[in-house]
Amino acid sequence: MSLLEATKISLRFGGLKVIENLSFTVQEGSIASLIGPNGAGKTSVFNCLTGFYRPQEGEITFAGRSILRKKPHKITARGMARTFQNLRLFKTMSVLENVMSGMHCRTSAGAFGAIFHPPSQRREEKEIRRVSQECLEFVGILDKKDRAASNLPYGDQRRVEWARALATKPRLLLFDEPAAGLNYDEKERLIALIHRIRSELGITVFLIEHDMGLVMKVSENITVIDYGQKIAEGTAEEVQSNPRVIEAYLGKEEEEAA
Amino acid sequence: MSRKRDNPAGTAAPEVFARRSGFGPFQALQSRRNWFAINIALLIIAIVIPFKANNYVLEVLANAWFYVVLCLGLNIVIGYAGLLDLGYAAFFAVGAYTTAILTSQFGFNFWLTIPFAVIFATIAGIVIGGPTLRLRSDYLAIVTLGFGEITRIAARNLKITGGASGLIGIDRPNLFGLDLYQISHYYYVFLVLAVLACFVSYRLQHSRLGRAWQYVREDEDAAEAMGINRVMIKLYAYIIGAVFAGIAGCFFAAKMTAISPETFTFNQSVLILLGVVLGGMGKIPGVMIGAFALVLFPEVFRDIGAMRMLVFAVVMLIIMLYRPHGIWPEKRQ
Repeated sequence: MSLLEATKISLRFGGLKVIENLSFTVQEGSIASLIGPNGAGKTSVFNCLTGFYRPQEGEITFAGRSILRKKPHKITARGMARTFQNLRLFKTMSVLENVMSGMHCRTSAGAFGAIFHPPSQRREEKEIRRVSQECLEFVGILDKKDRAASNLPYGDQRRVEWARALATKPRLLLFDEPAAGLNYDEKERLIALIHRIRSELGITVFLIEHDMGLVMKVSENITVIDYGQKIAEGTAEEVQSNPRVIEAYLGKEEEEAA
Repeated sequence: MSRKRDNPAGTAAPEVFARRSGFGPFQALQSRRNWFAINIALLIIAIVIPFKANNYVLEVLANAWFYVVLCLGLNIVIGYAGLLDLGYAAFFAVGAYTTAILTSQFGFNFWLTIPFAVIFATIAGIVIGGPTLRLRSDYLAIVTLGFGEITRIAARNLKITGGASGLIGIDRPNLFGLDLYQISHYYYVFLVLAVLACFVSYRLQHSRLGRAWQYVREDEDAAEAMGINRVMIKLYAYIIGAVFAGIAGCFFAAKMTAISPETFTFNQSVLILLGVVLGGMGKIPGVMIGAFALVLFPEVFRDIGAMRMLVFAVVMLIIMLYRPHGIWPEKRQ
């Protein structure tokens, strides 16, 4: 069953066509990827899925319901979490506080709870901390929970973002270039983590990635786009041998010869 | 800035606390025990002052506590949620006029006017905040400035608010048989309000809501991606700030027994804003110091007459040059 389905979406900024007539699906319980050369429109696709951009045409459904006109926070509440290509942590706050932000949409205490601390609010605060710490443990940086997020090494800051996204208790997790700036070891651990996210937490994963090695290792289904259009789709082997993909990444042979 | 975890008292400050407080000359306050003791001592001093001080001193100090409440209210909007509001006096006016109109024209008991003031302040917060909070900082500031002036001009021209001459004959509140009319009574009223405002501010800051304000202040898009409705969360801050000012306005009206639109000018909004920025946005003790500085400085230098505003301006410039985030700012990396 497909968890996420985009049908013929098109996005334009003025006269610039960023995404054109793009359709793809992400199956529940799979690890899928979206790849393409620089400027192909990958992040724009993510922004459409998460409600930051509104495609002019097409339909996007998540778990059977349309999310096309929904605000980003509503989409997150429905169970789709994302990370950002450039780190977007809450820099002056602690690692734990960063991750606690993910639990916001799963809790409800308001001003009354904050001021009078009724039992329901205290239970909720405990739950927020417990889940956040679990998420930090899952990505392996629980020991750094009290440090300021901006003081962590780059690789750990990425993990804070992953933990934060996990804390929203998603059904589908969108990773926007999770391997960017990571070294070889960190990438290996990322691959293991992505597999664990699916097998242990049962979360479907959809990622945008530049690192072809990583994509080929983890993804079961790959969608390739160029200039906002789908040029290929299939398993790693199928995509790798597709001439249009090779052309998009390496250019035509005649051009190279010239 | 490096984190200094040691403190002179030698007691181990919990990590969270060390990160929140402690800044430059205030290092000694880092341990939780010292901090608690100092607060209690200050509160006792504040309670016994009326037994020694004359009416002039009490008048000034009551005014200072009053500004503490207003500044803490605005601090929720500016310090916690990061929204620049240049029309905060409008909410203060809503509270004061609610009490004035209901007691002088409809014969309400003073205490009964407070719930109405809270309701009207909330409505004012929604009316002003609802359409404007979608705007980002600079635009929001201009729009709030406009709304602040609209409120004042409306009060000056409406019949029910008494026009330019305002309203007189506002009911004095009665507390368990005691008529509140002496300045020492109002000193305690505003002291209690200020303590309550501190408590509520502290609780809000360290709650799910307070964290949400901070997330939105730091990165709106990331907060939104985490499932936080940024417009609602800002509106929440705006309404709570409005309620603070509304309640303060009720007691202000009762103390003065007469109010006029000229109390709620743009200058008033700027003055409250000044207290928050001068003291340190987002930091409760900082904001309190700012409010006190605001009220005490012109009084202490009353002898030099018109020159005092010049001196005040120079002192403020110096503070802003050497402590650009306020006298006692919230610690941010």
